[in-house]
Amino acid sequence: MQRTYEIMFIVRPDLTEEDNDKIISSLETQANSAGASVKHVERMGKRRLAYAVRGFQDGLYVLLTVEGSGNAVHEIERRMRVTEQVIKFITVRMDEEQKRLDKMKKLRDAKRKTSSAPAPPAEAPAAAAEPSAPAPATSQ
Amino acid sequence: MADENVQKPAGAPEGQSSGGGQSSGGGQGSSGGHGGGHSGGYGGGRPGGGRPPRQGGPRGPGGPGGRKFFRRKKVCKFCVEKIDAIPYRDVRLLQQFVAESGKIVPRRLTGVCTPHQRRLSRAIKVARNIALLPFSNR
Repeated sequence: MQRTYEIMFIVRPDLTEEDNDKIISSLETQANSAGASVKHVERMGKRRLAYAVRGFQDGLYVLLTVEGSGNAVHEIERRMRVTEQVIKFITVRMDEEQKRLDKMKKLRDAKRKTSSAPAPPAEAPAAAAEPSAPAPATSQ
Repeated sequence: MADENVQKPAGAPEGQSSGGGQSSGGGQGSSGGHGGGHSGGYGGGRPGGGRPPRQGGPRGPGGPGGRKFFRRKKVCKFCVEKIDAIPYRDVRLLQQFVAESGKIVPRRLTGVCTPHQRRLSRAIKVARNIALLPFSNR
């Protein structure tokens, strides 16, 4: 079963851009070998941390959107725990939330459609009357 | 905590104590000016003022428990703007619901409805864990 996860992690701020890329690509390969697919990588840049983590006051934030099983994500997390450059990470499961959001959106769109139908009052009943009137006639 | 100013004798008017800078925020004796007259006093973490045991007052239709005026009915910001998902990454949005001390503001002060408050507090806790928000600020 494919679940969607968002993994946000913080990398040491004193790394160069290419080191950062190296870490991200190694995590991606790890994910692929574990059977997950990385949908999206977002580098959120350097930010100031709200509290000191391992002595650092800033960090490079990266967000990975991963689709895969729980085991695959477990592997990614284990890898991150071992990597010395990654100082913090968190995994959030997104598929249930996404399902709920989609449902709300659908409900809202359906509501909008039914509420817009009576809005042009003359046209809708007129249009409905037109095809219905000749239809029984032709069916006779 | 012991109040610095002992209950003033009948000279001081009830409610809005104009002279004293130290508002007896937790004092039971004074009926505690709740309508924004009090400035400062408790230092940051308590925007609402004292802690009187009246739930009906701010909610209005519940029956004013001793307070004559109605507080204007607070609406849930998320319901009004039809925001379903509260992302933990949106720090600026979350910070509106976090006090200066870093604590999550209770919903009776912000007017958020219950399901949104639950989602909000989950998002804040995730943000705290990923160092986007502090756990506590002094």
